Amino acid sequence: MIPFSSYLILSAALFTVGVLGFMLRRNIIVIFMSIELMLNAANLAFVAFSRYLNSMDGQIFVFFVMSVAAAEAAVGLAIIMAVYRTKETVNADELNLMKW
Amino acid sequence: MIETALFIVLAVVTVTTAILVIVQRNPVASAIYLIITFFCLGGIYLLLNAPFIAVIQVLVYAGAIMVLFLFVIMLLNLEKEKKLITRHRLQKILGAFLGIILLAQIGMIFRSILLEGSRGKFPPEQVAAVGNTQVVARLLFTDYLLPFEITSVLLLVAIIGAIVLAKRQI
Repeated sequence: MIPFSSYLILSAALFTVGVLGFMLRRNIIVIFMSIELMLNAANLAFVAFSRYLNSMDGQIFVFFVMSVAAAEAAVGLAIIMAVYRTKETVNADELNLMKW
Repeated sequence: MIETALFIVLAVVTVTTAILVIVQRNPVASAIYLIITFFCLGGIYLLLNAPFIAVIQVLVYAGAIMVLFLFVIMLLNLEKEKKLITRHRLQKILGAFLGIILLAQIGMIFRSILLEGSRGKFPPEQVAAVGNTQVVARLLFTDYLLPFEITSVLLLVAIIGAIVLAKRQI
């Protein structure tokens, strides 16, 4: 039997990688992938808790998180396409329309 | 024993490819590594007695979402980046700081004793006897019926939003 904490450590490591990618990268698409990594880390924690607490609620929540992630990917990538069409770049540093 | 070995291999591959995702210069390579990460996470879900979630992970994440990503990357016709990291200094400092805090939290998890609360009513043996998918489906259509229906509204909003945003002029 694998100890419960090892799953949580894996989840936290994935989340940390996601946060670092989100904060440090310039490419919007890679920033978006980092968000997906963070969502997956949360999913892993959900499933691990559901397994070790003998409850199914965690797996149901993963189902909902996945549908939110799918909706987010569809809308977010459409936004990236629209931004690229007007600004000709996907570099987050150069998108400063809302800066004052 | 074999379970532990499998977990260690999957965990190492997951974290390694996740790090490779955020250090690649080419977004296509990032996307491919992210697909490998999602496949390994599917394997870990299988180890956690969640075969339905594992299949959905491969179908929805590694299949649908990543195909969408690759499609957009190839549509945008990007070249390799010259600089990986943002030029804003505050953001760099904040990012590194948050990373360190999260790593400290990993250490806390390693030390603390968890799971002292009461257990739910779905022990793994019982779920395996009925079938994981059947248990999930029964819960989705009874206890979680309202959230399940709201999910369909969310997906409809996403479809409409994507179509509106993808039009020629906004």
